[in-house]
Amino acid sequence: MTKPSLQASIPSALADVATAKVTLPNDELLKMYRSMFLIRRVEESLLELAESGKIGGAMHTAIGHEGSAIGAAWALNKTDYLTCTYRGHHHSLARGMDPKRAIAEVLGKATGFAKGKGGSMHFVDPSLGLMGANGIVGAQVPHATGMALAARIRGEDRVAITFFGDGALYQGLMHETFNMAQKWKLPVIFYCENNRYSEMTPISRTSSVSEIYNFVKAYGMVSVQINGNDVEVVYATVKEAAARARAGEGPTFIEGLTYRLSGHMAGDLETYRTSEEIEMQKQYEPLAVLQQRLIERGVSEDQLEKIRAEVEAEVEAAVEFAQDSPWPPIAEAYTDVYKV
Amino acid sequence: MRKTTYIQAINEAMRDEMRRDERVFLMGEDIGHYGGLFRVTRNLMEEFGEKRVIDTPISEQGFIGMATGAAMVGLRPIIELMYMDFFLVAADQIFNQAAKMYYMTGGVVNVPLVLRGQHGGGKRYGSQHSQSVESTFAQFPGIKVVTPATPYDAKGLLVAAIRDDNPVLFLEHKMLYFTRGDVPDADVDYVVPIGKADIKREGTDLTLATFSYTLLQALEAAEELKAEYGFDIEVVDLRSITPLDMETVLASVAKTGRLLAVHESQSNCGIGAEIVARIYEEAPYLLKAPARRLGMAPVSIPVSKVLEEEILPWKKNIKAAVLEMLR
Ligand SMILES: Cc1ncc(C[n+]2csc(CCOP(=O)(O)OP(=O)(O)O)c2C)c(N)n1
Ligand SMILES: [Mg+2]
Repeated sequence: MTKPSLQASIPSALADVATAKVTLPNDELLKMYRSMFLIRRVEESLLELAESGKIGGAMHTAIGHEGSAIGAAWALNKTDYLTCTYRGHHHSLARGMDPKRAIAEVLGKATGFAKGKGGSMHFVDPSLGLMGANGIVGAQVPHATGMALAARIRGEDRVAITFFGDGALYQGLMHETFNMAQKWKLPVIFYCENNRYSEMTPISRTSSVSEIYNFVKAYGMVSVQINGNDVEVVYATVKEAAARARAGEGPTFIEGLTYRLSGHMAGDLETYRTSEEIEMQKQYEPLAVLQQRLIERGVSEDQLEKIRAEVEAEVEAAVEFAQDSPWPPIAEAYTDVYKV
Repeated sequence: MRKTTYIQAINEAMRDEMRRDERVFLMGEDIGHYGGLFRVTRNLMEEFGEKRVIDTPISEQGFIGMATGAAMVGLRPIIELMYMDFFLVAADQIFNQAAKMYYMTGGVVNVPLVLRGQHGGGKRYGSQHSQSVESTFAQFPGIKVVTPATPYDAKGLLVAAIRDDNPVLFLEHKMLYFTRGDVPDADVDYVVPIGKADIKREGTDLTLATFSYTLLQALEAAEELKAEYGFDIEVVDLRSITPLDMETVLASVAKTGRLLAVHESQSNCGIGAEIVARIYEEAPYLLKAPARRLGMAPVSIPVSKVLEEEILPWKKNIKAAVLEMLR
């Protein structure tokens, strides 16, 4: 029915932003570029596999959301905990999950990181600090906050970051968690990937609050709105939030504005938005922005092309590996119910 | 009569009741402007407007609580849960509030609320988007549980649920949505009573009591068992879990002497265990062989296709259970 038009493009929507900004060295930015391009290609490959019927269920890709994942991964350590939503492939890959195991998992193969039991919505790998993506909106947010509490109890120098969508703010448990995190000054970072849609409904239709980062101000929490598509901005902001957390200053709420270029999930007909809107957003999407920046800072197109070719080959091999992998043995259906 | 899909049958039931009774309104995620993730509420906002078709934020506890409140003062809300699994987010409002309200208030305040949505396995949605919840709800007195398998029953039972003065859980298995079947013409007002089972296939060798999508699986299994082994299975469609029509089950077992109860919620402490227990309590002398139940294996639902197929109590597993009982 009514097609929403976004009131503001990303740069002009940056209201009272008071965040740090850094200029990262080119070699670091190139590593980020490689990781971001890898995420993009994995997601595109997964969408192709889904189209050919090889992936069932609900698969949510993060095309357009990569900035938050990359910026945060570079700003934190692998010992820092991370939880995220069903739209979480990018966070896992940014932290270094092997694309082979990731794709195999989504296909339900034995070589997946959860032996094919969890699939696309439940990415996890504790060795990388990835403590779980979640299929229930909001559920992962108290988990990360509890991990921050655990770090506090154990006296460990770890912070936790949790990613959630703009749609999650309307779950009661979010607000229960914000209050406790702030009251107890827990080392946690609440990162909202605001893509302005909750499934097929623009957030403006159901929210009484137009600027999401305002939500937590009543709790006294430090809160900023940033351009989530700019890795340097995300990096600097998360870095600062982590420093605050490590210094015992408590949680930070970050609203990273972004836009999902792919459908809500594989197979989404996207009748709720216009192609003009998507086209308009393409000029702000993180991969294009980063590529442009690298060129401006003197990196040659050849260098980028070389990286892309390497990544293409890696992703192609990963897809092949996943497709050739065996199904889990049937007996696997009955294991992992209780730890023995 | 004409053929419609299961989705259309449900859509028509809501539309007709909204036309007939202005107290009926809808709440849920993506149900209005978009018409529902599974298109079940399609066109309803166009006809009834934003006042009666309400797009909610992702606030299940809040809006189910609000629907309960609206029902307490006489409206008749229908809630769509995008995936039935999300009822757990609102469990207090459903179980401690809506279900108990009438009893706690000594019959002074009732809650005419319908909670509907899709559930079940078979599409590789994994542990948090595939559960069947009828047995859980059956543990709570005060809420009815309705589980239609055909478009005809879906429409008739949803109309009955909307007109019911109690909270009703109306379950739509995701594998049923695009199935088609006979439904009376659009202008025919009919109701399928809640709590009345229906014999969907007559037979003499064994009574297979089931409902929702496993009914279709049971019917297929019955045809194959006939063709391959000559067994005549009677298939009873329970259609409702609360109230449970044991009378029809007992009458069928009186004929066949054998009972297998099948459902997609957990076997352990599931509704099948209840049916089997009741046979032993009420008429053990009817049984020529021990009664059995077949439900979901005691695991969460995995994504991997091969693992999901293994644990679902579908045709292959139903046939195996029947053969164990008849050989
Ligand atoms: C408790 C709960 N309710 C509803 C859903 C269905 N659902 C899955 S994603 C989604 C939209 C979430 O939007 P947002 O938080 O903005 O994240 P995005 O998908 O845009 O990244 C909904 C309603 C769910 N998974 N969990
Ligand atoms: Mg969103």
